[in-house]
Amino acid sequence: MVDWTDEGIVLAAKAHGEGSAIVVLLTRDHGRHAGLVRGAFSGRARGVYQPGNRVTAEWRARLADHLGNYTCELGHGHAAAVLDDPLKLAGLSAACAIAEASLPEREPHPQVHDGLVALLDAMAEPELGDAWIAVYVRWEIGVLADLGYGLDLESCAATGANDDLAYVSPRTGRAVSLAAGEPYRDRLLSLPRFLIGRGGGDQDDLFRGLALSGFFMERHVFATHGRQPPPARTRFVERFARDATVSGGGLSI
Amino acid sequence: MAVGELDRAMQFLAKLPGLGPRSARRAILHLMKRRDSLMLPLAEALAAAARSVRPCTTCGNLDTVDPCGICSDPRRDPQAICVVEDVADVWALERAVAFKGRYHVIGGVLSALDGIGPGDLNVDGLVLRAADPAVNEVILAMNATVDGQTTAHYLADRLASTGVKVSRLAHGVPVGGELDYLDDGTLAQALRARQAL
Repeated sequence: MVDWTDEGIVLAAKAHGEGSAIVVLLTRDHGRHAGLVRGAFSGRARGVYQPGNRVTAEWRARLADHLGNYTCELGHGHAAAVLDDPLKLAGLSAACAIAEASLPEREPHPQVHDGLVALLDAMAEPELGDAWIAVYVRWEIGVLADLGYGLDLESCAATGANDDLAYVSPRTGRAVSLAAGEPYRDRLLSLPRFLIGRGGGDQDDLFRGLALSGFFMERHVFATHGRQPPPARTRFVERFARDATVSGGGLSI
Repeated sequence: MAVGELDRAMQFLAKLPGLGPRSARRAILHLMKRRDSLMLPLAEALAAAARSVRPCTTCGNLDTVDPCGICSDPRRDPQAICVVEDVADVWALERAVAFKGRYHVIGGVLSALDGIGPGDLNVDGLVLRAADPAVNEVILAMNATVDGQTTAHYLADRLASTGVKVSRLAHGVPVGGELDYLDDGTLAQALRARQAL
């Protein structure tokens, strides 16, 4: 018998038979890991297996490569906290879908787990406003880094300077300064200021961040496998763009 | 060992929710013992339902007539439409005898996991019905799940152009629920939705 206990975040729960579900968790030390939960869709347990909820999970199987069974105890119900907020709900769904679709199974990615916990905590802070979207962008860039596609935003790829960074090369994922990138600006991606600690974080900047991480996610993680990014992420970006247009009079990127 | 016909009937029964091969065997034996009082009437009732019950082209509810009994009932309030995921939800709300308007079954929820997108749901029909000047409120009675509420927000966006009032069911402490046993998310939700007494 193999068993372990770990902290995890519910990424997905797919019905299996009458009341059971195959639940996919992003665990801290065991990575993205699926397991069968008997009675997952029964009255009281149903609320536990919502995407974004943090649980303490015990996994047990006869052999290590079996699907195994989970027994989970709810730690924090993040899903219920964002049900009323369409943008946060879309962000939570997008983050869970990205983790579910991008991370290899049973490969530990503790930093991605911790980053997702930080993102969920940021969503729960009403006084942060839209700042949680910056955390979301950082988390996606962290996922890319953990998968081996990290961006280098420390210095200019052309001059080596680390001031006045304004662009990112879509080919190399390295930052480019305003002066060096000006002749190629149409072919470069905008570098949001909040990613280099230069303030920012307004809606334009956040949208640039989502576009930046989304571009590299699509290219490195999904397109290489002939897949599209999860629809949940597309809906999240569309909703953010629409909300920003309604409240702020349009995005200028 | 069962003979061919019984074996075939058992295989069909075993495909029903809540039944497996063992319980299907028990059910078929029970039916055989009550051939005249249960088995034949059941077979006739199933055949009649299969022949005559169809989804209502207006709301998606199941009935033998189209429009269904609820849509064509003049006593139902035409100003309110309650949107539900499935026909089972219509039956649940009808059991509660708390809603006197009409329904709209959208046939599921948006789900990335199951590959269900807006095109797979009966949304256009809802927008068309909501645009009717006689309708002044659409109640989104989706489940309090991430997928259910994602769908509710999507529907609210789609309905915005009609100008109709859009509301949703309350979330919070269930009747008979004890605070000590509720998860923190539900408690927080209940606190946010508190009402003056």
